[in-house]
Parts: sequence; C-alpha cells; structure tokens
Amino acid sequence: MSEKHRADEADRRRRTTDGVASETVNPEQPDAVEVFPEGEFDLRPGADDCYKCTTCETSCPVAAVDKSFPGPKFQGPEQWRLKRKDEIEIDPSISECSNCLRCDTSCPSGVNLAQMHNTARGEYVDNQLSTFSIKYVRNRILANYRTSARLASMFPRTANFVMNFKPVRWAMEKILHVPSERDFPEFATQTFREWWSERGGAQVTNPDKQVAYFHGCYANYNTTEVAKAMVRLYEYFGYEILVPPQKCSGTPMFANGMLDDARRHAETNVENLAAVIEDGADVIASCTSCSMALRNEYPELFDIDGIETLAKNTFDALEYLRIHEDLHGAIQDASVSGEFAEEFAYHAPCHSRNQGLDRQAIELFRDLDGVQIEDVGDSCSGISGTYGWKEEKYEKSMKIGAEMFEHMEAAEGTTGMTECPTCGMQMEHGTGYDVHHPLEVLEAAFVD
Amino acid sequence: MAIESDVLVVGGGLAGVASAVVAAREGVDVRLLAHKKSTLRQASGLIDGLGYVPPRTPLEKHADYVSQQRRDFREVRDKRGDYLGPLQTPYEGIDTLPDDHPYSILGADALRDGLALFDDLVGDTYLGSHTERNALVPTFGGTVKPTARYPRAAAAGLASDERPMLLVGFRSLTEFDAGMVADQLAAAGVPFDVRGVEVSFAESFPTDTKITRFVKAFDHDERIKGIPVRRALAEVVKPYVDDAKRVGFPAVLGDDNAASVRTDLGDRLGADIFEIPMGPPSIPGLRLEDRLFETLDAEGVRLETGVPAVGYEKDGDTVESVIVDRMGSEVPYAADTVVLATGGLVGKGLDSDREGVREPIFGCHVPYPEDRYDWFVDDAFGDQPYARFGVHPDASMRPLDADGEPEFANLFAAGSVVGGADVAREKSASGVSLATGVVAGRNAAIESRKRIERVEASS
Ligand SMILES: Cc1cc2nc3c(=O)[nH]c(=O)nc-3n(C[C@H](O)[C@H](O)[C@H](O)COP(=O)(O)OP(=O)(O)OC[C@H]3O[C@@H](n4cnc5c(N)ncnc54)[C@H](O)[C@@H]3O)c2cc1C
Ligand code: SF4
Ligand code: SF4
Repeated sequence: MSEKHRADEADRRRRTTDGVASETVNPEQPDAVEVFPEGEFDLRPGADDCYKCTTCETSCPVAAVDKSFPGPKFQGPEQWRLKRKDEIEIDPSISECSNCLRCDTSCPSGVNLAQMHNTARGEYVDNQLSTFSIKYVRNRILANYRTSARLASMFPRTANFVMNFKPVRWAMEKILHVPSERDFPEFATQTFREWWSERGGAQVTNPDKQVAYFHGCYANYNTTEVAKAMVRLYEYFGYEILVPPQKCSGTPMFANGMLDDARRHAETNVENLAAVIEDGADVIASCTSCSMALRNEYPELFDIDGIETLAKNTFDALEYLRIHEDLHGAIQDASVSGEFAEEFAYHAPCHSRNQGLDRQAIELFRDLDGVQIEDVGDSCSGISGTYGWKEEKYEKSMKIGAEMFEHMEAAEGTTGMTECPTCGMQMEHGTGYDVHHPLEVLEAAFVD
Repeated sequence: MAIESDVLVVGGGLAGVASAVVAAREGVDVRLLAHKKSTLRQASGLIDGLGYVPPRTPLEKHADYVSQQRRDFREVRDKRGDYLGPLQTPYEGIDTLPDDHPYSILGADALRDGLALFDDLVGDTYLGSHTERNALVPTFGGTVKPTARYPRAAAAGLASDERPMLLVGFRSLTEFDAGMVADQLAAAGVPFDVRGVEVSFAESFPTDTKITRFVKAFDHDERIKGIPVRRALAEVVKPYVDDAKRVGFPAVLGDDNAASVRTDLGDRLGADIFEIPMGPPSIPGLRLEDRLFETLDAEGVRLETGVPAVGYEKDGDTVESVIVDRMGSEVPYAADTVVLATGGLVGKGLDSDREGVREPIFGCHVPYPEDRYDWFVDDAFGDQPYARFGVHPDASMRPLDADGEPEFANLFAAGSVVGGADVAREKSASGVSLATGVVAGRNAAIESRKRIERVEASS
C-alpha cells in the first residue's frame, strides 16, 4: 500500500500572503488589522524573505534594456521596506515594469514579487496617476480590451478595416499614443461563443469527465481556431465541455494597475466557475495568462467567495491532458500531416514559466511524427500584453524582443508556436512567421 | 498516473544537471524538475574542486569557542588553526579530509569523473582540463583563488602568467574597484606588475543601472551617446594600457556574443582581454547556466521548471512518486528512482528555524547539534557547524537515516543538500556538486534499470 507524505513547511511560503480585499479592512474600526494605510496587503513576510541574492535582477528583461529601471528587487521588497517606515509614494518606475513576472518565477527565496508589483501598480494608478491624463484613458482602453473587442466583433469586417486604416491609426498614435507600427489583431467574423451555440454546445456528454472552458477574450474574438481546436481535442478524449458565462480574466487590468476593473470581472468569473467546480468540473484555459490570473493573481489580490477553489481547480488545457490522460503514450502512436506538419520555433510565454508549463510543448512534440520543434530560448518576447501597445514602450518592447527574433531566425523552422496570443502577435510582428498554438497541432494529431 | 519517468531529478543546479545527464547517458528516461533558478546565478562561474583543507574544531571544543563575552577577535582567529593549501591539485588534499566528507566517502575518482563530465558539457567555453593542477584566478575581492576549471573569459587573467596586467573599473559600476583589486594582488605578491584604473565609461547610466544593462550594451555593441560602446570603452582605456599585455574588466562583457566583445576590445587595445568573476549578480554564472540547460535538450532530459516538489508517496522502503504542487493542485510524478539535488540552506534544499534543520521533501535525517548555540561560532570565517549541515549518504549516495540505514531503497542525493563539506572554506562547492551528482545519477540509473527488469521479468 502506498502512503502519502506531505512536507509540512515545504514551500507553503508563497501562499502564506493570502490576498485581503481592501473593502474587508475598515480603517475606522480599531481592531482591523492595519499594516499599511488604507488597508493595504501585508507583504512583510515576502519582503523579509528577500536575501538580496539578485537572481530576480538578472531575470528582468526591462532592466536589461532600460538603464533607469531600478529592477524587481527595488520594485518589490525594497519599496515595501521603505513604505513600512514612511508615507512614501510609489516610485513611478513601477509603470515601466511589464508584468512579465520573470522575477517572481526566478526568486529562490519565494518572495512574492508578482503580488508586490500588482499592488504597487494599483496604488500608483489609484493615487498618483491623474484619471484625466491621456495615458490613463489609453491604458484603460487597452486594459478593457474585452469592451472594445465586443463592439468590434459586432461588425468584424468594418472593425478590421477601420482599426488598421492609416488615418485612423495616425490619429490613434497622435491622440492615444498607440504605436502605428503595430497591426491590430484581426477579429473573427464569428466569435467562439457564437460558433459554440451554433453547433449546439457540447457534442459529448460525460458526467464523469467534465471541464469548463475559460476561453478569455482573445480566443473568443480573435483566434477562435484555437478555441475550436481545444473543443474538438477534448471531445476526442471523451470530455464534456461546459462554456459558462465569463468576462475578461483581468490580466491586462492588473498590468495597468486597474485593480477595481479587474475585481469586477473577477467576481463574475469566480461566481460562475466556482459553481461548475462545485458540480464536479475542472476549469481549463488555453491562454497561459488567463490560467495564471485565475490560479495565481486572483487569490493573491482579491478575497471573493470561492476564489481559492477556483485557483486550485484551474489548469492549462495542455497540462490537464498531460495529468489525466496518457498523452505521451498517445503521441507516440500519432502523426501529423498537412498544414501543421511543420518545423516550429517555439517560444514559451513568461506567464507559462510561472506555472511550470514552459517545457511541455517541447516535451510532447519532440515525440510526435511529422512535427519538429525547437525551443528558441528563455528570452522574453517583450510585448507583455498591452505593454508593447503603448507608444512610449514600443521601442523598449522591440528591443527586449530582439533576442527572441534572432533566435527564431536562427531556428530551423519558419513557423512559430506559443500559447500566448500577445506573444504570438509579437512573434509575427518581428519575424513575419505564422504562429500557432500547441492545441492546434494536437488537434491535427488526434482529430481527423 | 500520467506523468512518469525512470529517473526523476529534483533540483536544477549544477548537481541536478550533472546527475540528470549522467543518468540519461545510461540510457534511461530522465526528468528534471526545478522550482526556481539555482545558485548558478549567484556563483562566480568558477568550478572549484578543492583549494584548501581548513582546520576543523571538534564539536565539544566549540563550547569555549562560542562566547558572547569574547573580548578580542584576534583571539578567536588565532584559535582557528592552520589551513592546508592553497593546494596544487584538488586531489592532493582529499586524504586529509574528515571521514564524513563526500570526497572521503566517494574517493578522488568521483571528482575526476565529475570534472570530466563538466568538460564534456561545456566544451571549449571552459579551460583547465589540460592539467590536474589548480589554476590561480584573481577574484573581485583582490584574492587569488585556486580553482579546477575557469571560463575562457578569465583565461588571460591567471596569476601564474607573468605578463604585466592592467585592471579597469568603471566609475558608473561601483561593484568593482580596480585600484583596490590591483593593490591587493600586488600585496599578495603576484609575479607580475599590476595596475588598476577607474575610467569614465557609460556615465549616462545611473548608478543603480543593472549589470544586465551593461551586458546587453556590449553584446549588441549599442551606441551610448552616438558611439558604439566597445569603441567608446577602448578609447578611454587606451591611454592607460602602456606596457600591459593583458587588460582585465569586471565580468560584464556581453553574453551570447561575449567572445567577440573580448576580441573586439583586444584588437583595439593591443592586449589580451579577460574578465574578473564577480559576486552576485554573476554574469559568468548566468552564461554557465544557459550552457548547461542547453545540453539537457541534447541529452534527451525532460525538463520542467517553475513548480516545487512538496512531498512523496511510498510503498515500504520505496519512493513511488514525488508530489508536485502545480499551482495549488498536487500532482504525483511517478519514478523508479529519485535524485534529491535541491541545494543547501541557500537553495532551499534544507530548511531551518529555531526548532531544527530539516530536509523538507522527504524528511531525510539531517544531523545537527541539539543546542542551537552550537550551530554557529563567533568567528565568521571559522569552522561553522552549519556550513556542513546536510544529509549523510552512503557510498552510492543514498541518504542514511539516524541508524545509518538508507532512508529509501531508491532515493539518491547530490550537491549542497549533502552534508559533510565546508565548501566555502574549502573552495570545493562545484566539485562536490559534480562528484556527488555523477555518482547519484549513475546509481539512480542503474537502480532504475534493475527495477524495470524486475517488473519485466515478473510479467
Ligand atoms: C553566492 C555564491 C557563490 C558561489 N561561488 C562559487 C564559486 O566561486 N565556485 C564554486 O565552485 N561554487 C560556487 N558556488 C556554489 C555552487 O554554485 C552551487 O551552490 C553548488 O554547486 C550547489 O549546487 P546545487 O546544485 O547542489 O544546488 P543549488 O544551486 O542550490 O540548486 C538547487 C535547485 O533545487 C531547486 N529546488 C529546491 N527545492 C526544490 C523543490 N522543493 N522542488 C523543486 N526544486 C527545488 C532550486 O530551485 C534549484 O534549482 C557559489 C554559490 C553561491 C550561493
Ligand atoms: S530573487 Fe528574491 S531573494 Fe533574490 S534579490 Fe530578488 S527578491 Fe530578493
Ligand atoms: S515583472 Fe518583469 S519587468 Fe517587472 S520587474 Fe519583474 S521581471 Fe522586471
């Protein structure tokens, strides 16, 4: 008989600084725990864990291209130590941080840099950035991509034309500071959800194997082929798929310090997803930033009923199959021909690293007939969601991406692969390669 | 259970990589799991084998060594005893190490095998394999360190070379004080002329500019104020070169293109260029990490990073799987054998608090003095008991329990999680990781093959 042993202390630390919503702490009430003014998070344990080993600094892609960026150790533990003593404002350099979270992934001491950056950014935007400034407006528009995308997808053809129409782009650059070099992503003529209801929802019913799909905005409005591939793949493996109502994961909002917006969306997501988990389903996502938000940022930043349950039961779509199916065995007997029989230059998104997903595509496809795959290394693509969509960050974003572009060009294949839609945009933008999602290749391997 | 492998290595530092590669070369299926970045990012990039044999104070003597009311630090230091070394070769001191030292348990050949593996993995990016002798490499603290292997970038700086040397620091990079290093080297009696100079370079970089910014600028020969950095640096250094045949810089001269940065500067200055390894953040350590991880792909090792091992499942004396915390959900990773290469107190392979010292994943026995005041001595550079904390292995690198029996039949350990060595004082850290890594990896592979054969035979 096997016995299970769970280490007592082993790396619980990263989870010990549970999020406390600002609303739950009342500064008027004497017995409220008030470590920072206005009911801030207690990040002290994290700050104290920092032993200044500088590993995070060597991992930060922004510090490597921006001489004035003080780096993650400053943004995180040092700023928190400073703040503990005085009424010090958040250093504006926090808005130069791209939220790639490579620092968080690297820290040997488990310092919760992601949470520190997110809260600092939130505080900076709330208290120090004027809501009338053009940048604030622009950031808010970028952060609320879902709103724009919803409108655009009502008239996708017009939107595709207008968004990339020169005079419009010129005006956007001048007024909103959105760089004209970037091509706007194309909107699908039919959203994923429209497709889903048109096909009559799930084609497989299986009360024992249910997954709820968190498609996020991008797979719904833009890369619907990824969402469809995922559906067919999961049905091939006998899963019943649920598509509960949902909003934006919040990732672009965290990255722009708009925690209130993020919280509103999170509430809907937690409510709907926790309900299906209650009924026995697990949650899967095809975008690594979405899964990251649900698993990591939600419980760190908000206190919503069911948020822990959601975090514990959310998986990346590929990861979930690896854990529950003998995917590796199945791959040995499968092969790919046609459109996806390619040599891929694979880039692991930063947010996949944080979840331990950065090598799974390489591991799987290495053994798949008809496909070749090469890891283009651990550099950051530089776009970091909305970051590279800001005029003042565009150059920095391309400079960070340069290493990835070089490595892609040095790779054998001329087709890109990644899980993250914005990394994919950057890869296409920098190399001109088509970029695909691993789920599309898996579909090609298993589903006729 | 869907995620499985023949050998599972937990830990992505030097020891983990060494054992994974050795096991993979034995023909078994290997997976390496690393939670975070390893200490390679902090280490100098030098591969120390054994530089000194420091004196040891028997535990009972520590009592009068430790005193809150000591008056004179010199008194403490005098009690430290004599170091053996610097050693000519890393092998010559092994006989004089205590019995519980990993080198004593494994023998000198394990270190030879470990270094040979290292040479094979890093190819011509490292030097030192042409001789058994230790090389003498100047450090950024101004000392000369005996080491077994050094990066090619440090080659022209060896202290055994008699050519005159110029050391260059940047005013904008305060971590490296060229004048101090030169003075210290001269005071140590090196057999060559050495001068240090601080130049104005990249003055537009604020003082807290990260070192990686310098590295990137050199790598791509970026322009600072219109002038390509390599040329800009050569121009400010040129007037000071004089009769120096080699010029040393802090180790920030590029990453992917480091070799061409040195050639470029060398051509412009008419001298050999070398780097002095730095403390954290260490660019040579980062380059080494990249190199080692690249080899894992070529060796067919499956790699997984970002998630921690947090426990295990066992059947009798056998570990059946390691439990991995995948963002809050616990997933068992099945394996025939497991290598524990999670590092020491720094790498999180050992955990300590007021109550005691633990190996947190498997709960392996870690001997330590009962009284917490016996963990430390006053002399910071003295014989610190905590420096030698760790699991104690048998000759096949299986960690032993308090009774001296293997904790598990199929668990092996390597690197800093293994106790018995005082790597900082001995200058032996990488050597211990490589030697233990090679032995643990090999035995894990052999044991896993036995288990596979047994299963096949019974079915
Ligand atoms: C500041 C500094 C300077 C150094 N300088 C030198 C030098 O000049 N010369 C020299 O020879 N050596 C030097 N070293 C030593 C050397 O770099 C290594 O520390 C040593 O070889 C030990 O390596 P390791 O592989 O055992 O452990 P580490 O490098 O500590 O790696 C441990 C690995 O295990 C992982 N891990 C830990 N717990 C878990 C878990 N629960 N689940 C999954 N993964 C886990 C960690 O994330 C990490 O990847 C230095 C070290 C430091 C810290
Ligand atoms: S990596 Fe972690 S411990 Fe090291 S300096 Fe950064 S925050 Fe501190
Ligand atoms: S999140 Fe990324 S950009 Fe921001 S400090 Fe960390 S590593 Fe740097």
